[in-house]
Amino acid sequence: MTALLLRDLRLSVRAGGGALIGILFFLTVVAIIPFAVGPDLKLLSRIGPAIVWIGALLASLLGLDRLFQAERDDGSLDLLVMQETPLVLTVFIKCAAHWVATGLPLVIASPLLGLFMNMNETAIAATALTLLVGSPALTFIGAVGAAVAVALPRGGLLVSILVLPLTIPVLIFGVSATYAAVEGPQPFLPPFLILIALTLFFAVLGPAAAALALRNTTD
Amino acid sequence: MSDITAISRFSDLANPTRFLAFSARLIPWLAAITTILFAIGLYLSFTTEGDYQQGDTVRIMYIHVPAAWLSMMCYTIMSMSAIGTLVWRHPLADVAGKTAAPLGAAFTLIALVTGSLWGKPMWGTYWVWDARLTSVFILFLMYLGLIALNRAMDDPSKAARVASILTLVGFINIPIIKFSVDWWNTLHQSESIMRLDGPAIDAEFLWPLFTMALAFTLLFFTLHLMAIRNEIWRRRIATQRRMAARMASRED
Repeated sequence: MTALLLRDLRLSVRAGGGALIGILFFLTVVAIIPFAVGPDLKLLSRIGPAIVWIGALLASLLGLDRLFQAERDDGSLDLLVMQETPLVLTVFIKCAAHWVATGLPLVIASPLLGLFMNMNETAIAATALTLLVGSPALTFIGAVGAAVAVALPRGGLLVSILVLPLTIPVLIFGVSATYAAVEGPQPFLPPFLILIALTLFFAVLGPAAAALALRNTTD
Repeated sequence: MSDITAISRFSDLANPTRFLAFSARLIPWLAAITTILFAIGLYLSFTTEGDYQQGDTVRIMYIHVPAAWLSMMCYTIMSMSAIGTLVWRHPLADVAGKTAAPLGAAFTLIALVTGSLWGKPMWGTYWVWDARLTSVFILFLMYLGLIALNRAMDDPSKAARVASILTLVGFINIPIIKFSVDWWNTLHQSESIMRLDGPAIDAEFLWPLFTMALAFTLLFFTLHLMAIRNEIWRRRIATQRRMAARMASRED
């Protein structure tokens, strides 16, 4: 399992700089917003956390279709399905590797983007913290979509369509926890705990459903 | 003894040919009852008095509420047939799940459109981002996604199994829709019919509503049975074409 984790990490770092492209996309999405809504710093600092969250959500969808596609193309997916370790565990490890390679860089990059959005220190810290606990959920949900679409010749766009509706709760509680930390009369902890609960819930459900889908598409 | 024959009769329906014969007898009856119920329901909904506050616009409810109920019931049926597909590999379950998706999308669209038409005079806006509207809108998106997924794959049985998994994952949304009005207190009114202390609306509105709900439900079952029959015939034709092509290539 550690070997698989390391292998996936190494692959994603070496194959065309996946993490870098994700951050670049994230940067571009966030940078486009001020052009659309105007360079009003007050407004930007108000909508900043939401923009950063949406940017991270879209960026984390970017590499999803490659989660199983490369393995399917070179045939190693069949080996993964047939080996003795439970497929659920394999999928979980692959998701973890994918998150470390693409999700974690987004979390690390988010404070910089927070500065662009004229957010104060609390808002930046809260956004980074909610992204840190929330973005694994996005990967686990995405794994279901990636597994479902692995048999399709051009599944990339379909993955986004199938996955986005399911990610909405994560988005809601991530952003509301951030706002609660910045200005809200509401306490920060309840939405934050719900966010953690969502991540744990999808950490169980996502790999299980993805493993089931992989088993059904490969035979 | 009678129990055993009853069970075997029920499981006989798994055989597509028997199902076709059975549904051919059932559909005319269902269609007839649906028509009668719609006649009664529409008559009632147009003749009973309007609400003292909402006036005639309250009649939108008789379309809107049944459609919203059905949008959720259809997804529940799809989830049950998804379990049937994955666990028992029931040959009709995947057909049922596939054909229910467009119907569900249609009913959800009706609920959204009538709700927005009702919202303009009542709330002063066609659309607000409140919890129930948003979650129903997500339901609509999921129906469309499932239809797209089913269309994108060539092999119907593989498509059905993959779509079933996604259906089951998306089922989380149904309780969210159901309880959204109680959990988040926003513009949409809270539950007023299925309540522990009895319905909170007047009997005068309840009767047309129940009749329409029943009519909508039977309409769904009629259309669903017809769609399942179509799908079975479609697959048979595809199989026969394939066989004919194989025979032709063998003769050459």
